[in-house]
Amino acid sequence: METMTGAKALMTAMEKEGVKQVFGLPGGANLPMYDEFARCDIRHILVRHEQSAAHMADGFGRVSRKPGVCFATSGPGATNILTGLATAQADSAPMIAVTGQVPVAMIGKDAFQESDIIGMANPVVKYSFQPRLPGEVPEAVRKGFYIAETGRPGPVLLDIPKDVQQNEAPMDFPDEFTIQGYHPWNDPDVASVQRAVDMLVNSERPIILAGGGTIISSAFAELQSVAETLMLPVVTTFKGKGAFPENHPLSLGPIGMHGHAEANKMMAEADCVLAIGTRFSDRSVGTFEAFEKRLKIIHMDVDPAEIGKNQTTNIAVVGDVRASLRIMVKLLLQKSLKKSEDSVWIKHVRETKEYWKENLKIHPGEMGAAKILRKLRELLPKESVVTTEVGQHQMWASLFYDVIQPGTFFSSTGLGTMGWGFPASIGAKVARPDVPVVDIAGDGSFSMTENSLATAVLEDIPVIVFVLNNSTLGMVAQWQRTFYDRRMIGVDQGGCPDYVKLAESYGAQGIRAQSMDELDKAIKSALSSDVATVIDIPIDPEEDVLPFVAPGTSLSDMILPS
Amino acid sequence: MWAILSILVENKPGILFKVTHLFRSRNFNIDSISVGVTDDENYSRMTITTYGDDKQIIQIVKQLDKMIDTVEVKQLDEHKTLFRELCIFNIKLSSASDSMEVNKLVNAYGGKVHDVKKDSLMVELTATPAQIKAFEELVKPFGIIDVARTGVAALQRSGA
Repeated sequence: METMTGAKALMTAMEKEGVKQVFGLPGGANLPMYDEFARCDIRHILVRHEQSAAHMADGFGRVSRKPGVCFATSGPGATNILTGLATAQADSAPMIAVTGQVPVAMIGKDAFQESDIIGMANPVVKYSFQPRLPGEVPEAVRKGFYIAETGRPGPVLLDIPKDVQQNEAPMDFPDEFTIQGYHPWNDPDVASVQRAVDMLVNSERPIILAGGGTIISSAFAELQSVAETLMLPVVTTFKGKGAFPENHPLSLGPIGMHGHAEANKMMAEADCVLAIGTRFSDRSVGTFEAFEKRLKIIHMDVDPAEIGKNQTTNIAVVGDVRASLRIMVKLLLQKSLKKSEDSVWIKHVRETKEYWKENLKIHPGEMGAAKILRKLRELLPKESVVTTEVGQHQMWASLFYDVIQPGTFFSSTGLGTMGWGFPASIGAKVARPDVPVVDIAGDGSFSMTENSLATAVLEDIPVIVFVLNNSTLGMVAQWQRTFYDRRMIGVDQGGCPDYVKLAESYGAQGIRAQSMDELDKAIKSALSSDVATVIDIPIDPEEDVLPFVAPGTSLSDMILPS
Repeated sequence: MWAILSILVENKPGILFKVTHLFRSRNFNIDSISVGVTDDENYSRMTITTYGDDKQIIQIVKQLDKMIDTVEVKQLDEHKTLFRELCIFNIKLSSASDSMEVNKLVNAYGGKVHDVKKDSLMVELTATPAQIKAFEELVKPFGIIDVARTGVAALQRSGA
């Protein structure tokens, strides 16, 4: 056993986990671990606000499926990452947050920059560790990574007191360990999968609802195989967007509050749903009661606690959804079960899809959201990674930006964190430097973490920020127009700041696109740029996101464009 | 529905906080809670009683089970479980006959009388929560000065 400090042990243990970079910001209580960057190969990526470091780690984790790591100091540094932890927890993203803490003897004394981050973060982390002795550090790191990335992934917090970082101890880096109360994987029950197959085959109007879990477990090929073999139309949740290629004939797109009209319609007409890796969130299903009486539900999920939490199910399959779908694919092959391509249901699905393709009204102006996002889709290579912020632009992206390569679209869908998309795109670009990475943004959200431009420029991480700028907190404005008799309170952004000048002041490229022609040129310029680019696209502040399922109503009651 | 949950946890600081926090954040209620170390000092056993419909109780058990610090979570079947709570009452006495009446009740419920004063006495009662509730109703007319309860401790009977 080698004797070393807790800080050195932290970095050594992280190197063993394959960590190549850390997003963070130093301060008094994490200086010892920062000093170790001078003596190891892990790259440090400096942020201007700890919340952004957490979102970068989150974006890195979602794209690479390995936990991203962020560092923050104690006190305000630690509290600044809380929103990042909550965002990762709500969307089951693997992440490791390492915070400095005041020395052990100072804990509980209201010391300078002390915060009880373990207590505060408890409901928004999968697990947390606070090593009290340097020798406990390696095992905390090993277990932390294991917990973060197995089962249903999530954020893990390591809160390390300064003296634990500074003091030396003989260090053992264990490969083997036990966590008695943690059973991340269950073997899917084959008999339940068989019953699910029987139920699907014997239904008249079966449908697949693919959730975020499908993307987390990369079950793309298995999902496609089941859908094509049984001729099942596929709708997704918003988090599941892009679990299935959206240019596939069986794809209907996301359901939900701002789901595709054809997806909501077909979901409402189905008599049996294979729900994969979803928690049936209110945003996705509206009020399910309206049609659940005639809807048989098969629910596959890795988390046993999700079964029956929001939705009573007829058949539950607990286990990694990829493993469950593999069993289903195998059963279908064995019995050479194949459904006809000309069933009444599939014909109806095709006609409905066709109808909405022709008849969904979009904004008539040249710079309407649909046209802008279809232009982006047209020019982006299919392997590009897209993140979004939260608001109208996010829902327009859901409606009008088709994901062709599965697992290339990421958004803060659960917590709905404005300001997530830009730093997350930086983390995504670090994970996938070989593909273009675009943050589809609105001006309101981008304002919240726009200072990450400094990180993008100084660390040579050339992402593209695609700002649909209505100079308004647009989604709030839409609700005020719809539900509050057009009393517009607290939504006007007053054209401030000028995003082109803002980008330039950070050394990034700023381009304003006021016509389709300018947009075409701007996207092409951004794709060939060596520095981060902000494309500022002024749009009509009165444009609504439609269709719209009002809260507390059923998916079949959509407000449609008039 | 009233439910008794038996939760074996690692005996580490902060776990009681996490368990009770889970009840708060998931909108469940704790009716009573008792915690103590087991014969193996690496583990503690928490006994929590709670109310909810079947679906809620199942969900509470699943959420507790999902916690990494819980080693075993069981909903105990009331009919196959020995469960008891210790309760101490401080009861007001207005007359000499009150003392006799209370003593009779205490004997009937298998309790013990302590600290008899002219105008009050203390009663120690170990019983099921339902029996304690019944006893409480009976002594209420005398005047209850104070009550302290431990919460339920419970173990499933062997072979049950």
